[in-house]
Amino acid sequence: MSEDDDEYGAYQALAGDDDDHRWAFGTGFTDPLQGVDTTVPPGVDGPSLATYCLMLGDDALIYSHRLQQWATRAPELEEETALANVALDLLGQARMLLARAGRADGSGRDEDELAFLRGEAEFRNVRLVERPDADFAELAGRLLVFSTWRLALLGALAASRDPVLAAIAAKSVKELTYHRDYAAQWVVRLGDGTDVSHARITAGLAAVWPLVDELFTPHPIELGLAGTAADVRALRGEFDTVLDAVLAAATLDRPQAVPLAGLGGRTGRDGLHTENLGYVLAEMQSVARAHPGATW
Amino acid sequence: MVSPPPVPAAAAASVAAAVPDPELPMVTVADLGILRQVREDGGHVTVTITPTYSGCPALAEISADLSRRLRQAGYQDVTVRTELSPPWTSDWITPEGRRKLAAAGIAPPRPAGRLPDGGPVPLRLTAGPRPVPCPRCGSARTRETSAFSATACKSLHRCEACDEPFEYVKEI
Repeated sequence: MSEDDDEYGAYQALAGDDDDHRWAFGTGFTDPLQGVDTTVPPGVDGPSLATYCLMLGDDALIYSHRLQQWATRAPELEEETALANVALDLLGQARMLLARAGRADGSGRDEDELAFLRGEAEFRNVRLVERPDADFAELAGRLLVFSTWRLALLGALAASRDPVLAAIAAKSVKELTYHRDYAAQWVVRLGDGTDVSHARITAGLAAVWPLVDELFTPHPIELGLAGTAADVRALRGEFDTVLDAVLAAATLDRPQAVPLAGLGGRTGRDGLHTENLGYVLAEMQSVARAHPGATW
Repeated sequence: MVSPPPVPAAAAASVAAAVPDPELPMVTVADLGILRQVREDGGHVTVTITPTYSGCPALAEISADLSRRLRQAGYQDVTVRTELSPPWTSDWITPEGRRKLAAAGIAPPRPAGRLPDGGPVPLRLTAGPRPVPCPRCGSARTRETSAFSATACKSLHRCEACDEPFEYVKEI
């Protein structure tokens, strides 16, 4: 094979009729856990582990979609690129976690089935991630809250008894570190900026704050998976320390807000959502539902 | 098919190692440390790769490319598998890979450093304290313009000395 063949072969093959499934041309995504040993460890309840992975995967999937909605609407090209990258990282995390869920419960459902064919009440994401951002300041505030919480959570899960979950978590921690730094730097810039930007980020944080308590309220599934799941109550200290450092640098006060109520104690983790999730799913699932099993 | 499969002309490991990265075609998957292992067992080849970032869309492309090139080299039975642990670090980019990146105007990563074991990850409230040296003129008078770039693994910088923008493979 000559140098030229080597250099152009990959691109020529895109138009070829061989058996390669190329992402550039269609739906031929490979299984994100291809070749990974997904045996559920002894002593860990498979269906519970699957539900827990759905919770973590749905957080990333729904928030990724909300961030993707900022594409073409960000104030600057650099921010557009940053948000698309954050969304892409979270989508990658979601793919692995949904694939892990489908293996752990023995259902064999793949990532597409779980993302596109579940109804609203079957989604387990926290309500923080489903709401649209009113403006860029609210985006920065929500991203700071989400990535600070998720970094602490997945940091703890790097020691999970499930080696697959531990590996996904260890990988995600590196990505979330960049996400949190990005959000924190924007909150400081806005808070310590002009009167207008200060007022906007104050309002943005006030809008997301009612959804913070839910992040640290453990679900029975999590409590039943001691050693495999993380106890979110133990993460509040790290979250508060980071938020206090950012807010101090941003000359902002910690918001005071009454937590958004659930219904009979049920919240996002139980499949109880705000009306906003329906709009996300309608957009995200419409093509897959209109053309079941379609490939292109 | 009537004709017999071609006899492999090169070791599977060297065929796999020569596959270019689809996003950074100046380096190979071996240069980047994405290629973790190539095992030949009778006629069967198992290639193990690892993603750089969770959402990197190039991974499916790399997997398809590895299978195709190995088949072209005469290996008909190829499995590509993913390994997640330990997670990829930019420290796995080889000296040769770093040289090729720099020659193409992309600043290679500095040592990633260890994340604190068990402790919280430190917060960074300002852009990188140590400027990345410009891959064109070598000046240290550069600044980060964005922590994110056209691919997941790079950030954007500008050199104040030669006034050129450049990319940097982030240390992770």
